[in-house]
Amino acid sequence: MLATSPAFKENAAHAMADAGLQKALARTRPQFPAKRAAAVANLPEFEQLRDIGKGIKDHTLAHLDFYLETFAANVERAGGQVHWCSTADDARAAVLGICERVGARTVTKGKSMISEELGINQHLEAHGIVPVETDLGEYILQLRHEPPSHIIAPAFHLNREDWEESFRKSHTDLPADRVFHERRDILTEARTRLREKFLAADVGITGANFLIAETGTSVIVTNEGNGDLTQTLPRVHIVLASIEKTVPTLEDTISLLRLLARSATGQDFSVYTTFSTGPRRAEDVDGPEEYHVILLDNGRSAMVGTEFQPMLRCIRCAACINHCPVYGTVGGHSYGWVYPGPMGSVLTPSLIGVDQAGQLPNASTFCGKCESVCPMKIPLPNMMRHWREREFERHLGPQGMRTGLSVWAWFARRPAMYRLATRVAMAGLGLLGRRRGKFSSLPLAGGWTEGRDLPATEGHTFFARYAREQRAGRA
Amino acid sequence: MSKDAMLGAIRRGLRRGPLPRDQVLGLQARLAAHPRHLIPGRSRVARPEQIALFIRNVEKEFGSVVRVPSPAAVPGAVADYLAAQNLPPSFAMAPHPELQALPWDERPLLQRREGKAVASDQVTVQHGFAGVAETGTLMLPGGPRRPTTLNLLAETEIVVLRASRIVGAYEEAFDLLRAELAEPAGGMLPRNVMLVTGPSRSADIESTLELGAHGPRRLHVVLIDDDDAARA
Repeated sequence: MLATSPAFKENAAHAMADAGLQKALARTRPQFPAKRAAAVANLPEFEQLRDIGKGIKDHTLAHLDFYLETFAANVERAGGQVHWCSTADDARAAVLGICERVGARTVTKGKSMISEELGINQHLEAHGIVPVETDLGEYILQLRHEPPSHIIAPAFHLNREDWEESFRKSHTDLPADRVFHERRDILTEARTRLREKFLAADVGITGANFLIAETGTSVIVTNEGNGDLTQTLPRVHIVLASIEKTVPTLEDTISLLRLLARSATGQDFSVYTTFSTGPRRAEDVDGPEEYHVILLDNGRSAMVGTEFQPMLRCIRCAACINHCPVYGTVGGHSYGWVYPGPMGSVLTPSLIGVDQAGQLPNASTFCGKCESVCPMKIPLPNMMRHWREREFERHLGPQGMRTGLSVWAWFARRPAMYRLATRVAMAGLGLLGRRRGKFSSLPLAGGWTEGRDLPATEGHTFFARYAREQRAGRA
Repeated sequence: MSKDAMLGAIRRGLRRGPLPRDQVLGLQARLAAHPRHLIPGRSRVARPEQIALFIRNVEKEFGSVVRVPSPAAVPGAVADYLAAQNLPPSFAMAPHPELQALPWDERPLLQRREGKAVASDQVTVQHGFAGVAETGTLMLPGGPRRPTTLNLLAETEIVVLRASRIVGAYEEAFDLLRAELAEPAGGMLPRNVMLVTGPSRSADIESTLELGAHGPRRLHVVLIDDDDAARA
């Protein structure tokens, strides 16, 4: 997927002027936090489970080589195949190789962010194979040639009229004047259309929420059942998974599952949590004849042992996204690559480079809500700060920002000069703003005053006031 | 080769080579013991309350439950449910001995076919391996006696479950799975194990919940009261 992350500012400005997007965001913004809060309140042990979940992931990452090899050995014992892929190119080649070997014409797909990361649909299409997205949200996005704007609610940015318009335009064999009385009618049309695709597909591709080393099992979590149809009906099942999805045992997986749905949609448990181990057994009457796991690295192993390793604990619940004021204002497409919101602002620079994605860690108010709701207790703001440091060290920011930071740093390292400079500035602002009490424009603060007034200062600094009150208190 | 490159990069990050033998043995022992973590208190209740919790949770997730006193009452309960929902009296049924042993002949109007589901099936009857009270979740392992497609293709799925098979937490259901299905198969899990909590749904259209996305629109549990301790 081609990144537009360097244009974050332009993307965000465009998003804020998009009436349809703002309508969708306003409708949806409050829903996820309220549902999560209710689910968490209903499980008194939730905080303890967060620590347990973090511990499981930290243990796994510290022994990731062992658990990956164990997982692969157990997949093979169950008759499946593991394809180790260092890069996105390796993974695309492996998927295409399987599809071509079995003569696949159509491929159904469950929702997978790794698939977005690989751009697998475009790759298959370029080789004459038709991919069909089966998650309802992903399906309409494929019809509209748009990427997802959210990692668990891909069509977050669309309104009902967008659905109706896209279905009329794409399902041209149905009467053009048909009426969609309610949302269910849209759903039913998609269900009927996709059922044919499920039955006709030669290969099914799903993602994985977890890979269980103990049993060589991949786990998917869905509400629609599309992932299950995708991995059950075709002759071949391909699992796309990145290396950090590994967990040691079934019991470890269960503990993480108790956190996942509650943090994501606010459900106690998702409708379908499915454990797949190898291909159809001799006596089975349904299920795929081949089972493949594409084990993707694509930059993740380079995060191990760095200050960004905690990001590999992420279970992709989207709680950070759902609670982020920046995401809630600009939507997912502004971030310009696969992963939006706080988790994307940390992960994207790791995967496509800080030169491409350096703007993302800056797109944060550092309110800290993301870290406070993260079930894996990932210190997201802290890691965004690390990326800002790297961006500065590598001279990637605009010259104006770099000069400003350098000037500030010079003063910040010289407390006496800092106090003098702020005293002069505050006195000046206090004097100038005495009459109106606010400024509607100020040099070097155009970004602030463009949207609101800056209140005038009282003419003295916090330091001065603090010192005065300390003296008064002692007296 | 990608495998060596990936493992090598992970080890460089961890600032070590391959794990020494004693540590490998320690990790293998953890896998073999697969220790449980904290189990939430909500399902640690007396048997009758556990069954009630299971039923409450199935209903909360838009499923339905009917309790019957004995296996002999199952065909009648299935017939009554189909009639009440205005569904045809025919279904695909899991070829499980417990289901095959039910007195279906007492309900001659019910037409049943045994085996996996096909696209035209409107109703399926599945055998429930276990129920988890914690969230009203059914454990449905696939296999020759419980085809996976029965959980997916029809608009209505009926699951026949014995109350004695309801446990509190997921961990207990996985213990049953390990003991009864994995261990006889050399430790290998069944190819497919579904944990099902309510009927299929989607909130992709304007974040508004709609039932029956791709899987069943209705999920109905016929619960056989075979557990004396479970009766309230």
